[in-house]
Amino acid sequence: MGDRPVTNTPASANQISVSGTGLRVDEARRGWRHQLVYIGRLLWRDKSGVIGLVLFLTLVFSAVFAPWISPHDPLSQHLSESKLPPAWTEGGDWKYPLGTDNLGRDLLSRIIYGSRVSLTVGLVGVVIACGLGMLIGLVSGYAGGRVDAAISGFVNLILALPYLLFVVFIASILGRSLINVIMIFGITDSPIFARTTRGEVLRLREAGYVESAMAIGAGGWKILFDHILPNLIGPLITVATFTMSAMIFYEAGLGFLGLSVPPSVPSWGNMLSSGRKYLTTAPWIAGFPGLAIMFASLGMNLLGDWLRDVLDPRLRRVKK
Amino acid sequence: MDNVTPLLEVKDLVTQFNTLDGAVHAVNGVSFIIDEGETLAIVGESGCGKSVTMLSLMGLIPQPPGKIVNGQALYFDGSTQRDLLALSKEELRQVRGREIGMVFQDPLTSLNPVMTIGQQISESLVEHMRMSSAEAYQRTLKLLEYVDIPDPQKRYGNYPHQFSGGMRQRVMIAIAIACMPKILIADEPTTALDVTVQAQIVELVAQMRAELKMAVIWITHDLGVVAGIADRVMVMYGGHVAERAYVDDLYKHPKHPYTVGLLGALPRMDEDTARRLVSIEGSPPDLYKQPTHCQFAYRCPFAFDRCWAEIPPLITVGYRHKLACFYDIDQGRPRDVA
Amino acid sequence: MQRYLVSRLIQSIAILFGVLVLVFFMVRVTGDPATIMMPREASPESIEAFRHKMGFDRPVIVQFWDFLTHAVVGDFGNSLHFKIPALPLILERLPATVQLAAGGMLLALVVAIPLGLVGGSTPGSVWDGIGRLIGLLGQSIPNFWLALVLIFFFAVRLRLLPSFGRDELRSMILPCFVLGLPTMGSLVRLTRSAVLEIRGEDYVRTAYSKGLRPNLIYVRHILRNAAIPLVSVIGVQFGYMLGGSIYIETIFSWPGMGQMIEQAIGWRDYPLVQAIAFLTSVIVVVLNLFTDMAYALIDPRIRYGR
Repeated sequence: MGDRPVTNTPASANQISVSGTGLRVDEARRGWRHQLVYIGRLLWRDKSGVIGLVLFLTLVFSAVFAPWISPHDPLSQHLSESKLPPAWTEGGDWKYPLGTDNLGRDLLSRIIYGSRVSLTVGLVGVVIACGLGMLIGLVSGYAGGRVDAAISGFVNLILALPYLLFVVFIASILGRSLINVIMIFGITDSPIFARTTRGEVLRLREAGYVESAMAIGAGGWKILFDHILPNLIGPLITVATFTMSAMIFYEAGLGFLGLSVPPSVPSWGNMLSSGRKYLTTAPWIAGFPGLAIMFASLGMNLLGDWLRDVLDPRLRRVKK
Repeated sequence: MDNVTPLLEVKDLVTQFNTLDGAVHAVNGVSFIIDEGETLAIVGESGCGKSVTMLSLMGLIPQPPGKIVNGQALYFDGSTQRDLLALSKEELRQVRGREIGMVFQDPLTSLNPVMTIGQQISESLVEHMRMSSAEAYQRTLKLLEYVDIPDPQKRYGNYPHQFSGGMRQRVMIAIAIACMPKILIADEPTTALDVTVQAQIVELVAQMRAELKMAVIWITHDLGVVAGIADRVMVMYGGHVAERAYVDDLYKHPKHPYTVGLLGALPRMDEDTARRLVSIEGSPPDLYKQPTHCQFAYRCPFAFDRCWAEIPPLITVGYRHKLACFYDIDQGRPRDVA
Repeated sequence: MQRYLVSRLIQSIAILFGVLVLVFFMVRVTGDPATIMMPREASPESIEAFRHKMGFDRPVIVQFWDFLTHAVVGDFGNSLHFKIPALPLILERLPATVQLAAGGMLLALVVAIPLGLVGGSTPGSVWDGIGRLIGLLGQSIPNFWLALVLIFFFAVRLRLLPSFGRDELRSMILPCFVLGLPTMGSLVRLTRSAVLEIRGEDYVRTAYSKGLRPNLIYVRHILRNAAIPLVSVIGVQFGYMLGGSIYIETIFSWPGMGQMIEQAIGWRDYPLVQAIAFLTSVIVVVLNLFTDMAYALIDPRIRYGR
């Protein structure tokens, strides 16, 4: 495909006009305030994004304010009142709204405290994965050549592995602790961030932004902050939300297999694991934590979906 | 006026799009006529509605969010005259490809990447001309030859990505003329191509219209192309027709300030210091507003109060020379019209 | 295309080598493989004896070479628990896992593809809503929890379906459903978005401008193009299912590789774990390779690339 003919005489109707608004709304040219309003309208239109946001905020809220909103201490056992069903069924008691587990611990409190583990793993894990991934991706994209090939090879290796299997493998070796879980997820989920970052860097290089910035004497750091990072934010946030959803999910899964945090710490996965034994007699012990996992995951997924729509190429054009 | 029924007569076409931010008034009352074997060029900047007009005629506007609010498109196929906009989907489908062919701007994205180009040409033949695959194959080879694609037999089985830009556009043309349509609509067919390739395509189409007696509607923003191929020209702005005339007439006696600007000529008698229309400032028409006045008024150096109050109707200012403007550029003052 | 495939092949071999390295070092990440493989209450002397017997006191390079040379011929040593060679043990379990994954994939395809097609063609319709709901739920519901819930309702309460074992055809229903649901979810979404996107493409507009029949346009122009990304994803998802069946097999007591690895971890039988990890990786890598090959065959831009 050749270039469009460039003429100096006004033989082209386009040269006279400021290019018309046409049929597409070019939000990139409006101010950020307008965009905020636009986002608000998008949220309203696409109510599932609101649901996602609400679920996410609920998760954060319950994690942060756990000591204040839980009716009981999650660790205290009331052996005489063990395996009580939820309050609204017969045999239940409103003292323990969702019932109690086999050791008489209040389920609602344990679920609220469990959100702390999930949120911590999710947030810290994502931060580590994102940071690590971004670093790797930037180095890989910038350096090019052999370094890029080597790093990409390594990244592809990790991505090619059956994820769950290796996570289970390494978790079993390292032992049960919150830090281990966070580190495992932080490292195993970094490749996707690395790949996204590298993709953006390459795209920008190809589009000439890097070269032209260099041509006018901009140093590496300036290019990084002015051009690359703003473009990264969109895709990375989207990937981050989905990754967080996955981390919450997999932490629970590990807990289910008894490989996550120690059994004394209330985590949704642990609760599922212990609840499994009582499935026939006290199904709520496993039932409610699972619902919590589901809503947390769902919320993040909805949020991620909505973010992906909003942060689409339209807004991406907001470059300097 | 001639007594022959025109091949296509479009009257007062109005097309809108309903978007999140409101209704976009893309086409606001466009009318034109095209006779058999004629070439009409439609000129205007991006967003003036030229493509939407053509897509509306062909029924290729997705009807939400688009909507053809008003208008008639009277097509005469030699025996009966039908309103394209009033046809059922099925009837219109049979017109498309068979009576009217269309060539689009970007040949790379306009061709199916996973189908051989030969098949993409033969498809229309099998559908509209009821040919068998063998007959369609032979005819396709002839078509490929006609549009100057060397080695047609080998190329039949190639895929779009195996061709250069110019060749792909030839394939598109072959697809469009496969069933010998009476009208060929070419929507900026050379915009995405090299200058040299452009010239070849223009030549090909010129040759085609002479040999095949096809009417051609050529949409472009390149006035050089217009001069080379058109019989008549229609200048559009903001979804309206600004001016419409025979090529020579338009070039020698442009009457709409916008046309004048396009041609880079100075007005004959202007009051102020010579202002080059080329460097006009002002905002492009806001298509979200229902037009109530001349859309060009924002940027017209001759705009006066009437221009802001009403939409100028299309009046006759010469032989088949229509104009939508309240100002008389030749005389240097507003026109005496009702 | 040949070059592409050859390079992919080389890549795959490199990946498998990387897996071997990984698998080898993973059991040594705490420094002493002997400690993790022996029961917790073992005495230092027995640990030392074990270490010597397994050759963990040799230099790492020597150990690695030994491991490597044996691994490529399929020798991963003996399972500590069963005391017989590890690999044949696992291969015995392979058919069960494949059966589960195949069933799950079949179910996913049968439900997801039609729903996705309808959803993409008629966005906003009832079927689209259903499809999108499945898409969302499939990717949000924790499958291990769902398994428990379904067992509770279908097996315990309603006594309709068995809750464990691989005895009859009916036993496959619940585990395949649970295993296939996430894939079902992502396939619906993918199909839907592929169809939606393709419908807006220029070449579809060209097809309409030619006056072709809508059905023909749908099959030849839309579907054929939508199939391309789908093929990739299906292959990858199948790999996920094979490697991710741990929960399902554990909960449903399905005698496959997933169950075995869970048990092996419990027994600290790491040679067995290593063998399973490697074999599963091989399968996934080979699957990805085949998927890429299929992709290259289907997409003429790659097959006849310039």
